[in-house]
Amino acid sequence: MAIKIELPSVAAGMEEATLVRWVKVEGDQVSKGETLAEMETDKAVMELETEADGVLGRILVPGGSEGVTVGTMIGVLLEPGEDESALAAFQAPSAPSEPAAPASPEPETAPEPQAAPAQNPVSAESQGQASAPEREGRVFASPLARRLANEYGLDLSGIQGSGPHGRIVRLDVERAREAAPVQAAAPAAASIQASSVPEGARVERIPNSGMRKTIARRLTESKQQVPHFYLTMEVDVEEMLALRGRLNAKSSGADRKYRLSVNDIVVYAAARALRRVPDVNASWSEEAILRYLDVDVCVAVATEGGLVTPVIHEADRKGLAEISGEIRDLAHRARAGKLAPAEYQGGGFTISNLGMYGIREFSAIINPPQAAILAVGAVEKRPVVRNDQLAVGNVMIMTLSSDHRVVDGAVGARFLAELRALLEDPLELLV
Amino acid sequence: MERYQVLIIGAGPGGYVAAIRAAQLGLRTAIVERAELGGVCLNWGCIPTKTLLRSAELLRQAREGADYGLVLDAPPQFDLQAAVKRSRTVAGQLNRGVRGLLKKNQVSVLTGHARLQGQGRVVIEGEQGVQEVSAVHIILATGARPRALPNFEPDGKLIWTAREAMTPPALPNTLTVIGAGAIGVEFASFYATVGSKVTLLEAAERILPVEDAEISAMLAERLRKQGIDVRTQAMVESKQAQDDGLQITFSEGGAKHSLDAERVILAAGIVGNVEGLGLEQTAVRVEKSHIVVDRWSATDEPGVYAIGDVAGPPWLAHKASHEGVACIERIAGLVDAHALDPEAVPSCTYCHPQVASVGLTEARAREHGHAVTVGRFAFVGNGKALALGDSQGFVKTVMDAHSGELLGAHLIGPDVTELIGTYALGRTLETTELEIMRTVFPHPTLSEALHESVLGAFERPMHV
Repeated sequence: MAIKIELPSVAAGMEEATLVRWVKVEGDQVSKGETLAEMETDKAVMELETEADGVLGRILVPGGSEGVTVGTMIGVLLEPGEDESALAAFQAPSAPSEPAAPASPEPETAPEPQAAPAQNPVSAESQGQASAPEREGRVFASPLARRLANEYGLDLSGIQGSGPHGRIVRLDVERAREAAPVQAAAPAAASIQASSVPEGARVERIPNSGMRKTIARRLTESKQQVPHFYLTMEVDVEEMLALRGRLNAKSSGADRKYRLSVNDIVVYAAARALRRVPDVNASWSEEAILRYLDVDVCVAVATEGGLVTPVIHEADRKGLAEISGEIRDLAHRARAGKLAPAEYQGGGFTISNLGMYGIREFSAIINPPQAAILAVGAVEKRPVVRNDQLAVGNVMIMTLSSDHRVVDGAVGARFLAELRALLEDPLELLV
Repeated sequence: MERYQVLIIGAGPGGYVAAIRAAQLGLRTAIVERAELGGVCLNWGCIPTKTLLRSAELLRQAREGADYGLVLDAPPQFDLQAAVKRSRTVAGQLNRGVRGLLKKNQVSVLTGHARLQGQGRVVIEGEQGVQEVSAVHIILATGARPRALPNFEPDGKLIWTAREAMTPPALPNTLTVIGAGAIGVEFASFYATVGSKVTLLEAAERILPVEDAEISAMLAERLRKQGIDVRTQAMVESKQAQDDGLQITFSEGGAKHSLDAERVILAAGIVGNVEGLGLEQTAVRVEKSHIVVDRWSATDEPGVYAIGDVAGPPWLAHKASHEGVACIERIAGLVDAHALDPEAVPSCTYCHPQVASVGLTEARAREHGHAVTVGRFAFVGNGKALALGDSQGFVKTVMDAHSGELLGAHLIGPDVTELIGTYALGRTLETTELEIMRTVFPHPTLSEALHESVLGAFERPMHV
């Protein structure tokens, strides 16, 4: 019996995803665990793996389909030994028992229908043809679409084609050019309306990915609904740098086991400080403040698609080398879009470090439902006062953004003081 | 009671094509027809008239044969009945072809008159009795019939519609054609060639009023050269019976005229066949004798659709077929179903010289706000046209000056009804002038005129 391939739910609360592209084509031999297709949720792009050996018999939902609901049959897998006849059951169009087409007349100016709702699995042949629009390499676009895109200053590779085989046609370019209002799906979406661009301005339109929309929505919600306040503290990191130097020196050479960055140490120190001031490691709810029992620290990673915050679970119980390796691995895979949902979901506190860009200090927007985020600046040589003497010190500025519903000023200050103590005297990290 | 997923009423080029597409998609399909399979197009329209016009073309060429070295013992004679017989034979052949296609695709053919009963039920009254069937989706493809004018009701004897005009018992000495759309112009051309004295009356200010003005002007000139009396802004007012036909009174630019005509052909537009279908049982809306539909051919009644002539202009077989396919694919939920773009429907008139067009005329392009670039090329500069001895006419290409978009093409001349397909394809592929300029058109062919007209628009013509 042929096996249905359904769109899996890979994260709690996930209702739909974009089927980005099929990696395999109809007729491809696949073995269990191999990647069949890529899908994008509001969080990340992830791979859809086959759960059994066989042959990809039929693609029912073409690549590029947006809003595919969880559980939709997107394809059919033939088990070893089965031939195409087993597909017969999946081949006939869903005989409509209800009028499929909308009865109410559409306005004349209605745009071409989007490559129809993907929940409508039909004639396999046409679906197959429409599958896997080539998004890499050659971009298929009509001559007119190319010329107009060039004129409007639009990048064709960022435009979804609605023509045959995903070909970009004039209509797609015109649509991309219009300041299409953001879908009013989420209640908060009203706050993310497209800003209007001055008439005649030359712009390039970069269509929003699911991830970009999520970032926009969540951060707008955060900044509008969470009462932020900010505490800034300067840390003398002389000792910390010395410790880092000594440790890294022990792990040099070809088979180096670790190479600690300042950020690795900040993450570890923050985790330890959170254990000492657990009030900061918490979330607001109407009924109660939810204090996290584990110290799971998120680390902000900039990727091409936007900000991702993979989690270092129980960071306070790990060693520095372990944390360092984990951050390196997570950041690497985040940039490749290969994080598993569990790796970027959850976490009670976030650290965002822009020191490597030379930013002295900044304040970050809280990552809901967390109650605080730490913004870490660059280590700079600055005059410091040590034992009432002016000296040249290495200084780093940290700013804590807190949700005042959860964290009062004194609590936030206590957390920063603990963190500073750990960083200024890293021997404290041992106890 | 038989239950179908799709029931199509009317087996013309809209209906039978929709039925085949529905069957291909695995939908249980039936088609109802009260007359001939293939509808007006195959039986009483496109095909039989083209067959007659082919006879006229051969006659014309035979007459001019001496110039080409063709020596005939006597001037060529025309046997009208042989021409009509051939026309009917071809129509019959296609009619059987449609029957075969429907059978092959397992479409049930029901004979009789269909009437909607509401809730997807349809009663069919035929010679074999009355049966009731039901269907989830009902597509009305009932077509249209010639529009009658006040004082000019077709009677089948003196006042003909196209149907009588293509099966004439004898050649009228004098003939008046009312209406200079495609049908009127084609009959005027045919009868003038085979020997009638023809008057062509058009109410609008030019013949083929939907075509580009330059095309209309040239065609009027060519028809007049062939001896047709072309009158525009001419409104027929009354008729009076005479021994050998009718005396017709018409006004032309305010002045009254009268003329004698043994026979009259009524070709002043059509009205949709919307009566007797039980539409009053439904929410289907009818305006100006046509059913109101959206771009996917859906009416106001859920599950009821209308395609082709009954759903409004342009009244063309290929428009009906495409609407039928789009409607069915939409019903089947195909992701790549594609609604018909009205601007993409080519139109062809098979008079001599032929006329063909697609897209916007120059005037309409300007009305739409386009800055236009126009290229023209006369067939007199085309080697193949000269070899054919048929070099009257030209190609006119209308492009957007800004984007190079192919907005429209308007042709008059030899075999232009075959050439227009290239432009239709170009429009669908969203070509600009560059792709046409870079395309290698074979030499010597009439198609080179397309190339030259576009080159001409950019001051790069080779043969002007």
